[in-house]
Amino acid sequence: MAFDFPHILSMSNLSREAMEFIFETTDRFREIAGRPIKKVPALRGKTVINLFFENSTRTRTSFEIAGKRLSADVINISKSASSASKGESLVDTAKNLEAMSPDILVVRHGSAGAPLLLSKMLKARIINAGDGAHEHPTQALLDLLTIRDHKKNIAGLHVAIVGDIAHSRVARSNMIALRTFGAKVTVVGPKSLIPQEIKSFGVGVSYDLAKCIDQFDVIMMLRIQNERLGLTPFPSLREYSNFYGLNLNLLKCAKPDVVIMHPGPVNRGVEVAPEVADAPYSLILDQVKNGVAVRMALLYLLGGGENL
Amino acid sequence: MKKSRQILNEQELQALLQKLAAEISETEKTQGPFHLVGIHRRGVILAKRLLSLLEGPKRKLGSLDINLYRDDFAQSSTMPVLRETKIDFPVEKSRILLIDDVLFTGRTIRSALNAMMDLGRPQKVDLLVLVDRGGRELPIQADLVGLKLEVSDTENVAVRLKEIDKEEGVWLLGGNT
Repeated sequence: MAFDFPHILSMSNLSREAMEFIFETTDRFREIAGRPIKKVPALRGKTVINLFFENSTRTRTSFEIAGKRLSADVINISKSASSASKGESLVDTAKNLEAMSPDILVVRHGSAGAPLLLSKMLKARIINAGDGAHEHPTQALLDLLTIRDHKKNIAGLHVAIVGDIAHSRVARSNMIALRTFGAKVTVVGPKSLIPQEIKSFGVGVSYDLAKCIDQFDVIMMLRIQNERLGLTPFPSLREYSNFYGLNLNLLKCAKPDVVIMHPGPVNRGVEVAPEVADAPYSLILDQVKNGVAVRMALLYLLGGGENL
Repeated sequence: MKKSRQILNEQELQALLQKLAAEISETEKTQGPFHLVGIHRRGVILAKRLLSLLEGPKRKLGSLDINLYRDDFAQSSTMPVLRETKIDFPVEKSRILLIDDVLFTGRTIRSALNAMMDLGRPQKVDLLVLVDRGGRELPIQADLVGLKLEVSDTENVAVRLKEIDKEEGVWLLGGNT
């Protein structure tokens, strides 16, 4: 298939065929991580700027390693070290970066739509690395790939997304992607963290994890994002953990071949008990590993071609 | 109208592979056995077929995708489909016979050599091609050649193999009628 997406902004733009193509391309890049020389020259001479207005370890490092393994020049800009801390607007920062002719901009921003705005103003290709509570498409791609590695077919699986659905860009991207692949999705969490309109994504809703845990093939736990919660939507972290935290006791009721995922960083003892996070059915580190390969595939797919 | 002329039919191509297999055996008598590494896509199929025609020492089969090593990636308008690079023997100190269908500019072979060197440092690499059509743009030559053709710039040599094509043989395409 011809992959002619200039930007990766939202999972809703990507058809199932496009995602399959990305996965197929990703498979080729996995092998490179096992080589003694983990570098190929495909993006030699291309410049990738990681423009991160929010903190990140995993995603930024993952994009940086992906870019470097493809021989691109990767520049990292974080909010604290950028002119944004001097009051420069997003568009001004981006226009100034554009003047230095980067080829790909990887953008993380606290406001939904920031990458979309930049894609309209700049010539560079844009990859959304998380925009507010909107989307985190590369996370959804690596999550689906990880599920596929362990469950073969995504279609027909029943996937739970548990936690702060309202503020989660990971949940949004995953709901769209999983539905595109024909999986059944149920979001689980306290009423205060599940918006009424969520059903428009074609997902089921449950407020009681213990009651429905036996139905799921895959359980994705979300991080309680203290930095995004204003007035606490639940009485205490301990209460949240009692009702929606995943521990060994609760997992006894789950399917024997259930797998657990988490986009990280994990609040151990809050949404996931330490013994669960480190168990063999926990795919948390597989997700991270797949993240590099998926991002290599995307940088490669966006970095080629003469339209750049 | 572009003309197309068949150079080799299925039987002739098969005979040519037999001849090349014999030449590999001959070379190995003095130099020791090779591992066969095909370049995607048709080189991989040819490597497989040659391996089945060879007897004697155990040789390993590998496949190489050169797209990440191309020198025209930035100019290409369509995205190449990446295929599997799979070499499950240590490249380090091995003796490798690189296999492709048509040798033209030499750029694919340059890419393949770079791709191979990233996997290890082979002791020796030889090159086998089914057809050498001339027109080199780099100082690269094959060690074993099935068929040498003099082909003008406006013409193309197409090797078709029944594993992936509808027909089998070697054709000369294009040119001015």
